[in-house]
Amino acid sequence: MASPLAPVRTGTEPPPAESVRRRRAPRARRPGALLGWLFAAPALLVYAVFVLRPLLLTLQYSFYQWNGIGASTFVGLDNYRRIFADPELYGSILNAFKLIVFFSFIPVFLGLLVAATIRRIAQSRLAVVARTVLFLPQVIPLVSAGIIWTWLLSTKGLVNQLLDLVGLGGTTRAWLGDFDTALPAVGIIGAWVLLGLCTLLLLAGMSKIDPGQYEAARIDGAGSVREFFSITLPNLRAEIGVCITLTVIAALASFDIIYISTQGGPGGTTMVPGLQIFYLAFSERRIGAASALAVALVVLVLVVVVPIQRLAKDPNA
Amino acid sequence: MIVTKSEAWTGRVLLVLLMAFTIVPFLSLLVTALHPSGTYPSGVEWPDDPQWSNFGKAFTAANMGALLWSSGLIVLGVVPAALVMGTMAGFAFGHLRVTGHRVGFFAFVLGLTLPFEGIITPLYYQVRDMGLLNTRWAIILPLLGLFMPFSVIWMRAHFAGMPDDLSEAARIDGATTWQLFWKVHVPLARPAISALGILLFLWTWNQFLLAIVLVDDPAKRTMAGALGAFQGQYGTDIPLLCAGSLLILAPTVLVFVIFQRQFTAALLQGALKG
Repeated sequence: MASPLAPVRTGTEPPPAESVRRRRAPRARRPGALLGWLFAAPALLVYAVFVLRPLLLTLQYSFYQWNGIGASTFVGLDNYRRIFADPELYGSILNAFKLIVFFSFIPVFLGLLVAATIRRIAQSRLAVVARTVLFLPQVIPLVSAGIIWTWLLSTKGLVNQLLDLVGLGGTTRAWLGDFDTALPAVGIIGAWVLLGLCTLLLLAGMSKIDPGQYEAARIDGAGSVREFFSITLPNLRAEIGVCITLTVIAALASFDIIYISTQGGPGGTTMVPGLQIFYLAFSERRIGAASALAVALVVLVLVVVVPIQRLAKDPNA
Repeated sequence: MIVTKSEAWTGRVLLVLLMAFTIVPFLSLLVTALHPSGTYPSGVEWPDDPQWSNFGKAFTAANMGALLWSSGLIVLGVVPAALVMGTMAGFAFGHLRVTGHRVGFFAFVLGLTLPFEGIITPLYYQVRDMGLLNTRWAIILPLLGLFMPFSVIWMRAHFAGMPDDLSEAARIDGATTWQLFWKVHVPLARPAISALGILLFLWTWNQFLLAIVLVDDPAKRTMAGALGAFQGQYGTDIPLLCAGSLLILAPTVLVFVIFQRQFTAALLQGALKG
């Protein structure tokens, strides 16, 4: 249809764009592999020197017994065997999995509930203010979050004060120092840090859902529960996947919060792999054991995160 | 949108509760910071005589001036360099699509979920052998490497979305690849680059593990690392500790409030891409 309107070509005009593209495209897109790799070189260099090399060294160290100073002895898989034999070491891995309940399930579950409820008023001024406020725990250092909550959960802290106030004075205690409550208490700190992020991520995902779907559901007589399961949840696959991935990594690789609030105690009830690696390597000088645990942690994160990524991938994308 | 009144109200109430859950811990910290230094106050009780001077004391005790300077230097060492490297590599993999770009890109994807604890032990010996232990370079250089996977993937996603026609037009006009990058693509990538810059600033400022392992002197650490040392020193003087913590977390909150829109956008996008 456009051709009759096209100007008549004279000999001096350049050939039509189509043939230009065909002739030049390969050169235009690939200016020589060497040049392209030069662009990537600085990034690859720092990555290779400060990440890949240490990663390979971790693997190497994990087969040796070494105190960091003297000679090292090759011990094969001994360090790994010890992870499964020593309750202190495998206990830290179990604790990390327990933390997933608090760092991941609670923020994602509550985040879904809250986001689904506030979705309808997401454009209001209150919601705009909330966007700023709910991000605060994400912005401050995790160390600060640890200090804040250590104080809140202490014997004279706000949590116990509130319990007293509502007549549950009998349950007050030093939450972070009690064998039974230390791990859940540390978990609450993680939940506090991650709840806002999950809520806002899920809310952002919900805002992309076509409002027409909700209108239609309403007209068909669906209530808010039905609406949630039939429209909201299926449309949020990707965002839920992101929330779970982020929070699970935060749980498995947790360090800052626990270092500040409990140092792994009491009696190792809140010991996690990240902190255990730190102690093994820099206090006990058991470099081999620390490295084996580090390898285990890296593998663990991959084993947990890769399937989540697969599941969350939008089949249409 | 069909919204019934009761639904709107439950939404509002929940939002306020969630905001309270977020804010109250900060308020508790503030109230505690105003009690006389050295006392062991209880929870949230407004003190009879608020000790605003505690902030001054904490400022001196935490050596805040030096800490701000140090964290600033570390951020200056990390963020601009990481942005340049990440953008260039993202351009190579996302737009130039050099031979073998998939291999290079995959190498970075590999590092995306790597916990820092996974490499901290050899990193210590490597940095020591380079003679950089207890210098700011001990934090800056490893962070550059550790931030590359996210930076490259972030920038690659941007460049992969740029139309090829744009580059072809520039090349027909005689632009070299270098000019094409700096004069055409970097200006167009400004929003993606500044969002990445915000995230990298935040992650650098708040970096704790590298700071406490690789640098002994708190005055040469990041803000988060220095806070850890401050807690160790003043862990028993609760009001002073609270005042110091507030001072140390204030800069991030301040920057966040100023660049609030960009921050939330960057954090949400960053989460989706990472």
